[in-house]
Amino acid sequence: MRRANIALALTALALVALPIVATLSRQPFWISVATELVIDALAVTALDFIVGYGGMVSLGHAAFFAIGAYTVAFASTSGHNSAPLNWALAVFVSALFAAGVGAVSVRTSGVFFIMITLAFAQMVYFLIAGVKALGGDDGLSMTARDVMPGIDLANPVIYYFVVLAILAAFVLLSQRAIGARFGTVVRAAKQSERRAIALGFDVDRYRWLAFTLSGAVTGLAGALFADYQRIATPDMATWLQSGDLLVMLILGGAATLLGPVFGAIAFGVLRVALVGVTDHWMLVLGAILILVVLAGKRGLAGLIVGPDA
Amino acid sequence: MPEIALATRNIWKSYGALHVTSDVSLEIAERELHAVIGPNGAGKTTLLAQLGGELRPDRGTIEFGGRDITRIRAFARARLGIARTFQITTLCADFTAEDNVALALQARERHSFRFWRSARHEPALREPARALLARVGLEARAGIASRVLSHGEHRQLEIAVALALEPRVLLLDEPLAGAGVDESANLIALLGSLKGTMTIVLVEHDVDAVEALADRVSVLDGGRVIATGTFAQVRDDTGVQRAYLGGGDG
Repeated sequence: MRRANIALALTALALVALPIVATLSRQPFWISVATELVIDALAVTALDFIVGYGGMVSLGHAAFFAIGAYTVAFASTSGHNSAPLNWALAVFVSALFAAGVGAVSVRTSGVFFIMITLAFAQMVYFLIAGVKALGGDDGLSMTARDVMPGIDLANPVIYYFVVLAILAAFVLLSQRAIGARFGTVVRAAKQSERRAIALGFDVDRYRWLAFTLSGAVTGLAGALFADYQRIATPDMATWLQSGDLLVMLILGGAATLLGPVFGAIAFGVLRVALVGVTDHWMLVLGAILILVVLAGKRGLAGLIVGPDA
Repeated sequence: MPEIALATRNIWKSYGALHVTSDVSLEIAERELHAVIGPNGAGKTTLLAQLGGELRPDRGTIEFGGRDITRIRAFARARLGIARTFQITTLCADFTAEDNVALALQARERHSFRFWRSARHEPALREPARALLARVGLEARAGIASRVLSHGEHRQLEIAVALALEPRVLLLDEPLAGAGVDESANLIALLGSLKGTMTIVLVEHDVDAVEALADRVSVLDGGRVIATGTFAQVRDDTGVQRAYLGGGDG
């Protein structure tokens, strides 16, 4: 068996076994941590789609996460508590917003792209924090988690597996899209935009769609998070959150199959492990990030899985 | 009079006070191999960029098959049938030689909004890609990442990629630059075999290659066309001789 397949099998096994082990060892706290990690991994997978494969470094993805979260919280507090419908609505709203942001930002590249996505995200942050109907600085609290027919989302273990199944589905979908004709154009445009244009590709259209899809899936992650915590807050949209997503991606390894998952896990575990020891856990994270980056461009996935990551 | 494939009508391009293209009018006939030569800095690459649509002239028009394409963007010109190669390698470095050609084949289809099937395993892209690599003599290097190919191999791959587009007009920007002696001979033979099958605009420094290949030659100097004619005609032109001697560059 190839090293990449072994890594994939072990990661899947660990993620499936985790809540069982946590329940048996009476450590339900770890289920809560793991649920958030898996949701983060979904957002980072979506971010990787444009950063790792498309070369579009977005510093505004927290906005899509927050929009997804607020869509769910708003729908739920307005009396619509169907999880599938609310999640679909969250995907739709964040896709719309990403389509708008993408239409402007994909015309730029490099630092300008970073700045434009950041600017849009800041607008979202101040909008959310300022609108009374969305709870202002306090955010929007839901009385109960949304419901899904036949599946008891209120049970944390079941919720974890729902989220894990969604992550697995999107890792698969994103890998297929990246290997298919669409992803080939996006990757080509990252390596050589002039070439892609000279071949006749309307590069901006492909980038725009990639950006929109990425924003939509990040919105879904936000929706899952809001339903899990039963709250949406403005700080979800801060640029620090966008930065965290990028840190997870670089730590885990951009443009690798398992990088987003490794990055989210490493980031979350470090935070939980160190936050009790020192307030300056970011200092340790920073040092680790530097080491991983210096060791090679492909992050933890590159270190663990090797060149096939 | 043969039909005109590509024409520029009094085009100008300036950067500040510097006229890099100065009132250039060229008519390139259908299936002609038209070489553009001139000293360094004469504006050859800038002219090619305007034909390809990467740059837009400040004034004047560009026509393709009688249609004004001056305002049509580069990607759309490629779709109309104007392909180009680059002097500086712009191939996709992480892709293999075969991937690069397959990408060009994919570009010929109406769109690439396909999200599931692996593009690396589509026989409709892979088989013609291998055939094109064989045509330029790169079949043994099909699986090698473009970044590790030699300079001369990049030149061969550039041509395979352009041919994959089945263009009506092929713009070649110094296709022999950096190629070794043997590679050059192969490339010249390859270009010779293309001659007459499509319209080719060849920007090239290698005068022997131009003599061997070109139906007609235009000489650029200081952004201006100072002579157009057969190789022998421009070689004997006193203005051309002065430009080359004055420019100091063969």
